[in-house]
Amino acid sequence: MIKLDFKHGCIDMSHGSGGRAMAQLIDELFLPLLAGDGLAQGNDGAVLPPVNGRLVMSTDSHVVSPLFFPGGDIGSLAVHGTVNDVAMMGATPLYLSASFILEEGFPLANLRRIVESMARAAREAGVAVVTGDTKVVEQGKGDGVFISTTGVGVVRDGVSLSGDRARPGDCILLSGSIGEHGMAILSQREGLAFDTTIVSDSAALHGLVAAMLDSGADIRVLRDPTRGGLATTLNEIARQSGVGMLLQESAIPVNETVGAACEFLGLDPLYVANEGKLVAVCAATDAERLAAVMRAHPLGASAAIIGEVIEDAHHFVQMATRLGSRRMVDWLSGEQLPRIC
Amino acid sequence: MKFVDEFRDRELAGNIAFNIAREADPEREYRLMEFCGGHTHAISRYGLTDLLPPSVRMVHGPGCPVCVLPVGRIDMAIALALSQPVVLCTYGDCLRVPASSGMSLLKAKAQGADIRMVYSVTDALALAQKHPEKQVVFFAIGFETTTPPTAVALLQARALGLGNFSVISNHVLTPAAMHAILALDGGANLHGFVGPAHVSTVIGSAPYAPFAEQYRKPVVIAGFEPLDVMQAILMLVRQINAGRAEVENEFTRAVTPEGNRKAQVLVDRVFELREGFEWRGLGTIPRSALKLRAEYADLDAEQRYGLVYHPVPDSKACECGAILRGEKRPQDCRIFGTACTPDNPIGSCMVSSEGACAAHYTYGRFKDIAVRAA
Ligand code: SF4
Repeated sequence: MIKLDFKHGCIDMSHGSGGRAMAQLIDELFLPLLAGDGLAQGNDGAVLPPVNGRLVMSTDSHVVSPLFFPGGDIGSLAVHGTVNDVAMMGATPLYLSASFILEEGFPLANLRRIVESMARAAREAGVAVVTGDTKVVEQGKGDGVFISTTGVGVVRDGVSLSGDRARPGDCILLSGSIGEHGMAILSQREGLAFDTTIVSDSAALHGLVAAMLDSGADIRVLRDPTRGGLATTLNEIARQSGVGMLLQESAIPVNETVGAACEFLGLDPLYVANEGKLVAVCAATDAERLAAVMRAHPLGASAAIIGEVIEDAHHFVQMATRLGSRRMVDWLSGEQLPRIC
Repeated sequence: MKFVDEFRDRELAGNIAFNIAREADPEREYRLMEFCGGHTHAISRYGLTDLLPPSVRMVHGPGCPVCVLPVGRIDMAIALALSQPVVLCTYGDCLRVPASSGMSLLKAKAQGADIRMVYSVTDALALAQKHPEKQVVFFAIGFETTTPPTAVALLQARALGLGNFSVISNHVLTPAAMHAILALDGGANLHGFVGPAHVSTVIGSAPYAPFAEQYRKPVVIAGFEPLDVMQAILMLVRQINAGRAEVENEFTRAVTPEGNRKAQVLVDRVFELREGFEWRGLGTIPRSALKLRAEYADLDAEQRYGLVYHPVPDSKACECGAILRGEKRPQDCRIFGTACTPDNPIGSCMVSSEGACAAHYTYGRFKDIAVRAA
């Protein structure tokens, strides 16, 4: 059999048919790059060694457009997104599965770039891709590549994080400036393209989470404000916990370029997606200490205490504006921006 | 991070607020209409009413293009998109405006009509160029700011000889609507106007002179930044206190008396006044909207497809009309926040972020309920 042509070759229907072409794609592309212990076994599933502790499992589909953007691509995003979901439960991510839906005609060169980036992101995050799947859909029925990943991790003893644990008086912390991923993607969109230096913040956050848990601070909730941005995440937590929130606008870090681009497009950075930031709710007495620990980590360098949890039967998230007035930070409604994660 | 600026903003806003509170006479009322939806949004988003004394009240005006579009115009677009093999392009907000029989452009799209959201008329024109086999219709809305781009697109279509591009014009005029508001009761209920920002960059400040002279209402043109709006309010309070009624310009960094002559010429080349146009809430206002000139009739979708306008009354429960006339506030509507929300709008004021109901729902509704802060 002739080797795959990674320069000019394209995906065709036979790559998903279960026949020899599919085996070749796995052997020549996925295996050499992703070869985790399980993947190399070549079986229908991966048999994993016993682990000590409670398991966390999380799954996420990635349909970002464009597939390549400043600061990452769908491959690295598919790793970071799921690793972060596992990490937000206070777990150390261990394993990933990856399922690819490829569109007929998609260039093999691009696919290789994506898988390479995925492998790199997994290696850096210390997780193994142990099982996977590939399907091919006809031209026009997909958008190049969709990737679903599922992650498994293990939670250390004594940690119990949940969106319903925020209590009035708790502090709300944010690990860094908001809106970078969403604006990096938007800046590449056809019909919207604008020149900018904004780079996606896409990153695996479990190292930062580990440092935060090590600090012994009484953390109640961790969540990564992805689609829908910080505003959506805070509203989710407020509703789940049955509380209100009061934010300080001046404490929320927004990168100047992101702020300007949002202004230009009429967007509110509070609603723009992040892929490398987290929100923590913790006991007020531990907040300063936790903020210091976050700032000592490279992914939390501009961490800040951005507000507090208050009692409110309506579960409103309010914000004291930089002008000294108050407004609500509501759920997003109406038009969602096009696909960003 | 711009902490210095933020600190300065707060200090400046505090200063202006202090002056407004000191100078506004607590014994009298200052009912000030911000005409423009951009200002309505800024006032809500920055919580500016918190910074005003009780005697100064902001009244939302009809300057939100999606809000003033009557049901019948949307019905017309839906009928076209469902009955003809066209690609109907419009702004995102238009898609969600409730139309007759529970329809909207979004629902028509789900039923198979080819309706696309665009960010500008240029996108629609590009689509027509890319797909010569398709008839592309742009559903144009907006005040004087969006009219010049539509004019440019039409001129380009003509120059390119594009036979597959046409426009449904719903472009409306700010001064005509201000006249209509003041004609309601002679303007007895309003004491001044915060004049539009972007609209005034196009038309200039001169067209507002009649409001000051004829109706004795001060007008202060303001930018969209919260500090601009605060400064304009202070200037209005000062005019009212001094018994003056003048057109003043807070937004001198962008607005001149004569406006943007080049844009005006472009618009004039393509458009002419309609005899009358129905506005939601304000009824039919003479010479308040633009249609394509006879020379451009071939690019006028209303003529190309023989579209006929049928006026339709608003939903009974909806107070949009009274809100657009400045007579009621969003929270006065019985179904505000219950049956009518941004996710399920019953009236047009709940659709666009510039609509009074949507702005109040999104940013201010917590103030309607006593909330206990920790
Ligand atoms: S709340 Fe809804 S129904 Fe009531 S006036 Fe506003 S838009 Fe109309």
